[in-house]
Formats: sequence, structure tokens, C-alpha cells
Amino acid sequence: MTDALSFDNLGVAYRVKGKMRQVLDGVSLSIAKGEAYGLVGESGCGKSTTAFAALRYLPRNGSVNRGRILIDGQDIGLLSPTDLRHLRQFKVSMIYQDPGRALNPSLPIGRQVAEVFELAGVPRAEWPARTHDILAKVQISDPALVMQRYPHQLSGGMQQRVAIAMAIASNPTLLVLDEPTTGLDATVEAEVLDLIQHLRHELSTAILFISHNLAVIARMCDRVGVLYAGRLVEEARTEEIFRNPRHPYTAGLLRCLPQAGRSKDKAMLATIPGFLPGPGTKITGCVFAPRCALADQTCRTVEPELLRTDDRASKCHYPDRINELDHISNAAPVAAAVRNSKTILQVDGLAKSFGSGTQRQRVLRDVGLELRAGETLGLVGESGSGKTTLARCILGLLQPDQGSSLRFAGEALAGTTALRSRHQVKSIQIVFQNPDSALNRAHTVYRMLSRTIGHLVGLRGAAREARIKSLASAVRLTERHLSAVPSQLSGGLKQRVAIARAFASDPQVLICDEPTSALDVSVQAAILNLLAELQATKQVSYILISHDLGVVRYLSDRIAVMYLGQMLEIGPAEAVFSGPHHPYTAALLSSVPTLDGASTERVKLTGALPSTANLPKGCVFHTRCPRKIPGLCDHDAPPQVKLADGHVLMCHLAPEELPAADRNIPPTITLP
Amino acid sequence: MMLALLTLWLLSVLIFLGGHLLPGNVGRAMLGPLADQAAVDVLNHEMGTDRPLLVQYLDWIAGFLTGDLGQSYAYRSPVAPFLMTALLNSAKLAAVAFVLVVPLGILGGVVAALYRGRAADRILSVVGLSATVVPEFVSGIVLILIFGIWLRWFPISATWVDGAGPLTQLYHLILPAIPLVLILFGYIARMARAGMIEALDADYTRTAVLKGLSYPKVIWRHVLRNALLPTISVIATQTVYLIGGLVVIEILFHYQGIGSLIYTAAKKKDFPMLQAGVMSIGALFALTTFLADLLYARLNPRIRFGGRE
Repeated sequence: MTDALSFDNLGVAYRVKGKMRQVLDGVSLSIAKGEAYGLVGESGCGKSTTAFAALRYLPRNGSVNRGRILIDGQDIGLLSPTDLRHLRQFKVSMIYQDPGRALNPSLPIGRQVAEVFELAGVPRAEWPARTHDILAKVQISDPALVMQRYPHQLSGGMQQRVAIAMAIASNPTLLVLDEPTTGLDATVEAEVLDLIQHLRHELSTAILFISHNLAVIARMCDRVGVLYAGRLVEEARTEEIFRNPRHPYTAGLLRCLPQAGRSKDKAMLATIPGFLPGPGTKITGCVFAPRCALADQTCRTVEPELLRTDDRASKCHYPDRINELDHISNAAPVAAAVRNSKTILQVDGLAKSFGSGTQRQRVLRDVGLELRAGETLGLVGESGSGKTTLARCILGLLQPDQGSSLRFAGEALAGTTALRSRHQVKSIQIVFQNPDSALNRAHTVYRMLSRTIGHLVGLRGAAREARIKSLASAVRLTERHLSAVPSQLSGGLKQRVAIARAFASDPQVLICDEPTSALDVSVQAAILNLLAELQATKQVSYILISHDLGVVRYLSDRIAVMYLGQMLEIGPAEAVFSGPHHPYTAALLSSVPTLDGASTERVKLTGALPSTANLPKGCVFHTRCPRKIPGLCDHDAPPQVKLADGHVLMCHLAPEELPAADRNIPPTITLP
Repeated sequence: MMLALLTLWLLSVLIFLGGHLLPGNVGRAMLGPLADQAAVDVLNHEMGTDRPLLVQYLDWIAGFLTGDLGQSYAYRSPVAPFLMTALLNSAKLAAVAFVLVVPLGILGGVVAALYRGRAADRILSVVGLSATVVPEFVSGIVLILIFGIWLRWFPISATWVDGAGPLTQLYHLILPAIPLVLILFGYIARMARAGMIEALDADYTRTAVLKGLSYPKVIWRHVLRNALLPTISVIATQTVYLIGGLVVIEILFHYQGIGSLIYTAAKKKDFPMLQAGVMSIGALFALTTFLADLLYARLNPRIRFGGRE
């Protein structure tokens, strides 16, 4: 049987400033009909280029300069424009990140989906019915309504369902998925992955699944290929590759992930030292050698072949020596933060609403929390739960409603920065998610730090100079980096600059809003280590907002779970994870895919997040709660359930009835 | 809408003050330097120009709102009929220019975007920009010289004989419309090009291509509509320019439009005429902007439905 897709020694180059830069170099892989193949690797490794090459849709400056791409046995490099269109109509479909942008904003959904049937030659009269059917197939509950909607009227999960519907409508041989769930909430991601899994079995379509998230790949794929610097460095069956990697890079990627039971107090996260070589760099020997702990003279001079043994392959001279590498980091933390019981930040009855009348959005309601000196409070919840609004209220960027109380170090904190003392403003700082947009592109790192120190601390001259140096060295930026502008820095370095800037005024509370979600796993590990280290040495308290529960568990001492602007649960990190916990927490935890691919029964949330302008009566979570008690939960506000160690949650269930299942979040790798 | 009304009110104050703060006395200006001071005073009293400014303003604005545009000082007769004729004439000229330039500009922008970075794009950019920076009196004179005097293809005066049919009128209007077309082409083409490029690079265009749609269909269904939305606002503001910026063209081609009306009124210190002329252009500006917003909203579902539901 011919393969659904096969790359035969594929090379792709981009022309940049008149020079050809090789981004894919001799990639050979094949995907059998009905098989799901995962492609992993850090950004810049060539994953997306591989995906677009499969559809012959490279950017204008890109071209295939070596090898062949066969889809269903057909060399797509030889196709005429008409045949290529035909291929895209019937054989290959693609789904990518950010479904909101993948749909045409000015056409109704029904029209866009029907186009697929138009192309397939279905008579016009049948389009509406066929569109209705395919939307029902992707589990959209009211297809007729959705067909009349425009993309901006749908949630991210719904938009991705529509994109999936368009992709599978023609029943393609191959489906290419490029980070299809990146940017979606954990619960939505789980639903979309469920759907893809379900459809795959129904349609027997082959899948090329690209993701930086190893756990997602582990859940979805039969086989996995690892790309590094445009080369396929390892390939094996999913359970093999994660349990027993045969390439140091794969092992390194796995090692970087936070793991259950290994919090910041116990061990630092492992990182992969060094950087990915830039595209087009002349390389002798193994591409990974400069970053590899096993590398010797042979590795630096002779390029290893991709050796296939049994049903797996590794492009390493020493595939059998991978076990010599530590699979997990055993480096002890620099120092543990001294946590004392002194409360640094106290929030009581915090409320924030926008608009008025029936349009009044109650984004935060009666939020109370306490942050102690030197501790990390993790803040989790789906988007729209009010995490960021809470952070902005604490920072003084948003004025809370009347009656809210904020206290910092025992003193009342005014609603806006303008009314706060300089000391208070200095003491509460933030690190944003995306360092690209948070840093001024025109300023050098030196200038950014210098301005912040000048503004907030008021240092001048030599004192300021010394301060810049000490900040830079604290976040491991070198002299060379200080004179660079953001565009010359990698994502990880930019985030270091943002962290240095936040620390410029010696804050006592630092809000980290998704500090690593834009970063690759190895860089993420380095940033998390840095944050843990700075906390230990400077005794700063963090409020960590993240949708990555692995990150939250690694860094947090306590965790607060938010839903629709309310705190549903707050308690010590381990207790919140291991349970008993709130049914919503249980649902959040169970939506995280695990690396061992074991499919535990997922707690499914039904329905969409209700609007904050029209909050549900009784318990805000009752509309989606699998444990709802009719007549009680939809009527009375839940009482506070107090468990041990200040673990508090809001639920009608008795403590012994609460769900408790500690899943391996973050996933644990079982070692040989 | 409130904002537009506020703008119009401010405009009325400015015009009024501008007219009255200029040196010179209306009666004196009309009767000439040799006239008897007593006669000047009598005339000023008759016309009410000796009253306090605020009273004059309120009187004028009240009349304006009730449709009484006042008496022309120069013609000693109501302003309204003059203004209406002039507006109608200008509208005809603007319409001819508009009908020519909008499709041309959009087409130019679309072609430039589709051939981005290639010869067609460069040529269109250079031509568009060059045409935009040549003032209309220069291009107007060149056109008159070549097509009016030298080749004799078109009349050099835009004014037609009374009772001329629409085709004759059109024939007279082509030459004066061209300088306006030249100036606006660059703006519209550049906006259309920018919008097109953004839409061509958008993810939804990629989706359309990867569905296997043919290129013309991708452009027609998925790119054009999204691409041209921003262009609509530009066209709206430029339409007003078409009407307000006609002064030079109308003088050059001896055409009795709103531009030459304002020009003549200003020369003769005919304030009621001047004020009415400028106010009507202001009102047109507000109106076209409003219409453009409506059209934009009509074409843009994100505005039409007001956010996420």
C-alpha cells in the first residue's frame, strides 16, 4: 500500500538577502495511510516548513531544492497548477494555530464551509444540508445557528471546530495539523484533541501532527519524529521514544519538562545549554554536538547517519549511551526561599465590573487572597476567569469597585498607581507574557534598564551603572547583550531582559503573567530556574498566572483556582493537585494530556463559559459542573469548605464527597 | 453624530469670526472708497452689520437652521439659489471625477498588490505618487494646452450653453475632472494596495488557497472584500476634497461651482455667501463621513453585530 505522505531526502531553502539558507536538510519520513505521525522540536527547527512543504505552500522566498514529496504516491513537485488544486481539494487538508485568523472575518460560517462542497462538485441545493452535517460531525450543537454566524461571534474552540469541519469535509487522505490547540484553554484543548482523535478513527485519515507540546503529541500520535535544525534526528513509536529516547536532543527535551513531585524547592529544571544553529550555518559533524553532553571528537567531525534499526531511527553516533545522561535534573536549587508567615499582600472583597445596567460585566466578585513574603501563589483558570483583571487591579492599572480592599505590607493600597506612594509602586511589578511587545524595540537593553532604574529608583551616574551591571548578571545577561536591541535577542533572552527590568526596583511582589508560554521547553526551564533562584536570593513573592499546570506546580507554594471572577479554591499546591479538590479543579487537571499517553477518564465540562454580564445563580460553576446537585447548586451560593492547611474551597459537596485524583501533572517519565 | 454636529458648530463660529475679524467694513467695501460716510452707515444699518457680533451671529445661525441663508451683499438677493446652482454644478464635476478615479484607483492598487515588488507595482507606485504631487493648476494648465488648445479635442471652458444635454455636459466636464483624478488616484491606489497586501498575507487567504480554490476565486471572494474596507474611509474623505478642493479647477476652467462661488464671495467680502458656501462644504464633509461609516459597518460584520455574542 502506498504511504499517505512520504518525504524523500527533502531539502527546503529560503532565500534571505540574496543567500539561500537551508532550513530542511535531507528529511526522510513516511506516514502510512491512517497513521498519526507527530513531529516535535523547538521553534526554528523547521516543523512548520515541513507542514507547508507537504501542501506545496511555501513562502515566496522558499523552495524545495532537494528530494521529493509524495502524497498517495504522487510526486507533488511535478503537479500542474490544476492538479495541485485538485490535490488540495481532495487529498490534503491543513489546520493551523489561531483559528480566529484562519477564517474569513467577513463571510458567514455556512458560506465558508459550503465552499468545500462547491469545490467537490456537490450540487448547490445540497450545500446547506451537507454543511449542516459536517458541522454536526465536529460536535457543534446547533449547526443551523452557527452557519449564520461570523467567525468573531464564535469562541476559539468553536472556531477551531469549524476549521476542522472544513478540513475533513472532503475526506482527505492526509490531514496536516500545525499546533492546532496552541493558544486554546486546557479544557478546550482537551475537547478539540478528543474530537480529532474521534474523527481520525472514523475517517481513517493519516495525520501529520506538529506541536511543541510533547504531551499532546504523546496523546495523539502513533509514531513521532524529532526535528533539530532542519534534520530528522530521531524517529520511533510514541511509547518508545518517550520511555527510551535514542537521541540526546530528545532526552534533553524530555528532561526540561517540569515533573510531578519535583518542585522548585527540590531540584532545578534541566536545560539544554547553547542555542539552535541559525539556518544556513555551515556545520561539520553532528548538528547537536555543541549542545550535547555526550559529544566527543567523532561527533564534532563526522556527521552521523540516520540509522534505522527495527522500527526506529536515530541520527546519533552513540544511541545506546543516552542512558548515561540524566533523564531528569538532579541539580539542587541554589537556595530555598525563606518563607515566613508575614503577609505582604492582602486582598479582601475585591470586585471589578465594567459597563453598567444590563451590560454590566462583573469580571471579579468578592476575591480574597493573602500573599506571604517569599512565596509563590499560582493563579489558574480558563481564559475569561478574571486572572489578568485581578493582576491589573493589584498592580493599580485598573481601579477596583467601591468596597474592595487591598493592603500592602499592612498599609492600605490605593486603587490606581497615581494615588500610590512611590515605594508601593516600586514594590509591585509585573513580567508579561510576550517579551516582544513588552519591550521597546528601539531601545537597547542598557537604555531600558537605565530608564527604569532612573524612574523608579532615582539612581544616577555610577550608582546607576553599577545597578545595571548587577541586574544584568543576576539574570545572566552579558555585556554584549546590554548593547543589543530586542530584535537581536532570542525569546528567552528577551524574557530575561523583561525580568531584569521588573527586578530593577527591588520589588516585593512580582506578578508573572504567563511568563513562559511563548517560549520553548528548554528556554522555559531556564526561565523557571531563574525565577526560582531570584525568589530565593531576593525573598520576593510571586503571583504566577499560567495555563500550564506543570509550570504552576513547579513554581507555586499555594494555588488559587478562579472561575468567572471568583475564587473557587485556594490552598497549598500539593493539596490542590492531589485532592480532594473542587470539581472545577478536577476538570482542569484532567484536561491536561499526559506524556505516557495513558488515557485516564477525563472529567468533561459541558457547555460554554457563561457571560459575566449574566452570571449563573447559586454556584457560578453549576451550569457546567458534573457533580451538580439540582435544586441546591443552582439556587444557593456554596459554603466555604475548610480542609487542612488553609485549603479552602467553595462547594456544596461534603469534604469526603469531593473528587480526588492526583494525575501525573506535570507528566512523569517512566525510566528504564 | 454628536461629534459631527459639534464640529459643524465650531466651524460656523470660526467662519463667522473669520469673516468679521478681517479688516474692512462691509458698507465701505460695497460702496467704494469715495462714498459718503453717511451713506455707508445707512447701508450698514440696513444690512444689520452695525449690530454687535454676537447678535449678528445668532441671527445668522438661526436663519441658517431655518433654511434662510441670508442675503448676498454683492447681488442684493438671497444666497440660497446661487448656492444651490453652484453645489449642483460642483456635484456634477465631482461625480465625473469620482466615477473615473474610484475604479481606477482600486484597480491600480489591486494590480500593484498582486504583482507586489515587480515592475507593474513599481510603475504604479511611481506614477501614482508623481500624479499626486503635481498641483492641479499645473496639470490643469498642461491639459488645457494639450487637449484644449493644441489638439482641440475638448472645450477649454467647462461651462456649457444653457439647456445643454447630459452628454454635452459630460463632454465639458472630462477635462477639468482629469486633474482631480490624477491627484486622488495615488491616495486611493496606495490604500487599496496596502489593504490588499494585508488580506493576501492573512491566514484566511491561506485557508482559501489550501481549500483548493482557484486564484481568481480566492481573490474575489476572500481577499477583495476584506482588503477594500479600509479604502472606503479614505475614499470618503477624498470625496469631500473633491468638492472643497475644486476652487482652482473651477477658476481655471471657468466653471460656476461651489469653489468659484466661495472664491468670488471672498474677493467681494460677500460674507453671507462665503459663510453659506463654507458651511455647506462642512455639512457635506460630515454627511459623507457618516455615510462612509454606515457603509463600512454594512460591509464589516464585526461592527454590524457589535462584538462577540
